[in-house]
Amino acid sequence: MTPVQLANRVPLDDYAPVIGAGEIEEMRALAKPLAGCSVEMVNSTAVGGGVAEMLNRLVPLAEELGLNIRWEVMTGGDDFFEVTKAFHNALHGEPYHPEPAHFDIFRAYNEQNFKRIPLDAEFIIIHDPQPAGFIQARSQKAGHWIWRCHIDLSHPNPSVWDFLESYVSQYDGAIFSSPQFARQLQIPQYLFFPAIDPLAEKNRELEPEFIMQVLERYSIDPVRPILTQISRFDRLKDPVGVIRAYRIVRRYFDCQLILAGGSASDDPEGAQVLKEVRQAAEDDPDIKVLELPPWAPLEVNALQRASTIVLQKSLREGFGLTVSEALWKKKPVVAAAVGGIPNQVIHKHTGLLAHSVEGAAYQVRFLLSHPEIAARLGENGHAHVKENFLITQNLKRYLTLFLASLRAA
Amino acid sequence: MTRIGNHSAGTLAEFLNGLEHCSDASIFHHTFQTLSSHHYLTEGFSNDFAQWVFADANRDALAEQLAALDIRDYTSIAALRADLCRIVREFIEQHPEFGRQQALERFYFCESIEVNLPFGLTASNLEEFHRAIAHLSHSAFYFHFISSRLRLHLRTNDFSYWLANALGLKTLAESINRIDIYTNTLDSARAKVLRLVERERRKHDPGSTRESRPA
Repeated sequence: MTPVQLANRVPLDDYAPVIGAGEIEEMRALAKPLAGCSVEMVNSTAVGGGVAEMLNRLVPLAEELGLNIRWEVMTGGDDFFEVTKAFHNALHGEPYHPEPAHFDIFRAYNEQNFKRIPLDAEFIIIHDPQPAGFIQARSQKAGHWIWRCHIDLSHPNPSVWDFLESYVSQYDGAIFSSPQFARQLQIPQYLFFPAIDPLAEKNRELEPEFIMQVLERYSIDPVRPILTQISRFDRLKDPVGVIRAYRIVRRYFDCQLILAGGSASDDPEGAQVLKEVRQAAEDDPDIKVLELPPWAPLEVNALQRASTIVLQKSLREGFGLTVSEALWKKKPVVAAAVGGIPNQVIHKHTGLLAHSVEGAAYQVRFLLSHPEIAARLGENGHAHVKENFLITQNLKRYLTLFLASLRAA
Repeated sequence: MTRIGNHSAGTLAEFLNGLEHCSDASIFHHTFQTLSSHHYLTEGFSNDFAQWVFADANRDALAEQLAALDIRDYTSIAALRADLCRIVREFIEQHPEFGRQQALERFYFCESIEVNLPFGLTASNLEEFHRAIAHLSHSAFYFHFISSRLRLHLRTNDFSYWLANALGLKTLAESINRIDIYTNTLDSARAKVLRLVERERRKHDPGSTRESRPA
């Protein structure tokens, strides 16, 4: 186990202009009875991925509020991470036939890790399946144990879920990102939406000059409408479907399409999808297929802010936080009603949902024809994110959970 | 904070069953609490039940009836639940074919878990009251202005109750209680409370010129 050294410390008061001073004071009031309370967060990676990104922001804020919080990362060999990756895919519903040795590897690394550190905090939050077996250390050590599941468990492979459930059922509670991702469990289940950080580079306000520079860099016309989908080149994100929707829209509107995602150079399947996308684009100069560098938050931010409409036409989705990123920027969003997206896009209130290529094209045409409705959806979307999907709300939910657990005890 | 229940519904018949058997906290969550979590919406979104029936079960007429329920008319969850069930039951009786139709997405019954703490703000006169209202978080404003109706078992809110009983300002209390929480956002409702309080203050202190502003 390795305690994580935190690099990014943003004072809580910096969020006051975004969420209001009253909200900050409410968090301080919630945290007051928890002063000195020990909290331990455990996950399996310190960098990369949404969980590490979230903990990097959340832990310093909780510390500033007076909680005695630490973040530990479990360690494991290649064999462990191969097994847990297979588990991860199986929990998302992919076919998988685990061998007994796979479960042994999982158990061995969990035991090795939990024996090394004192799991003695008052609240122990175990993130995702990899360290779920830490609950075995509970017999000697008291505390409230909560399992935070960031993945979609709606259709898990039974062989892996049955194994995992034997651990999960021993926790005091479980947290899921959406009600549809949860399982029928005997322990209390809580809803904590994933969250974006409004002050992070990917979401903070940008100078208009910078946005124009980014458009210029990619030869995008700032005058004509811009439709954008930001996502990796993955068939489940349906980039080719987005191109088909764009072609329907083009019959009525002179617009452009941006499909931007991380580089596919080290991902054979991604490279193949990228090739298919380029073929589907057929050298249309108004379709920009952009392979962004692995870490390009400011470019993503600029492309989202320059967009007229943001699309997320996924066939399957986790929570799909790119939707919240776009809503935060007051962009009208047309998105598929899959995964966690309907939590973010409330149809006709904070965006428009679609169930097909034709449906997505129709909703885009509708919004291009009714800019005043598009603007209203964008405003509502921003307010919806502010209320539900910001890192500060996430912190407030943890504080509430800790207080409610202490009071119940 | 939201707790996910073990009930869910994919059809109107299952939805009715869920309404009949879910906890009181669940009825509260999907009606009262939703006014807090979607406080910025003023059009067509009055509770989660109506929204699901409209967007996922695709039954506009039923959605309209559910949306028309005004939580201000209820001082108990049992009465609210009875009316919700009656409306859905009558609709299914009239249209049994819709009762079995699959919705686009399932409805998941959830519950609210409330933790109440003193915010550290007190008021003993109108000026202090004005200052405190301007300073409250959304959830604190919601707690006193909306969910208090259940707690008080009266058709009023904490602010009006205090103004009428502690300061004897019955007219101001009634004016504040008449603010429509369905056609206002929490911010615009708060702005109206502040304007009404400011107007009352001017009556008592004509020299006062302070502008009211929402928090």
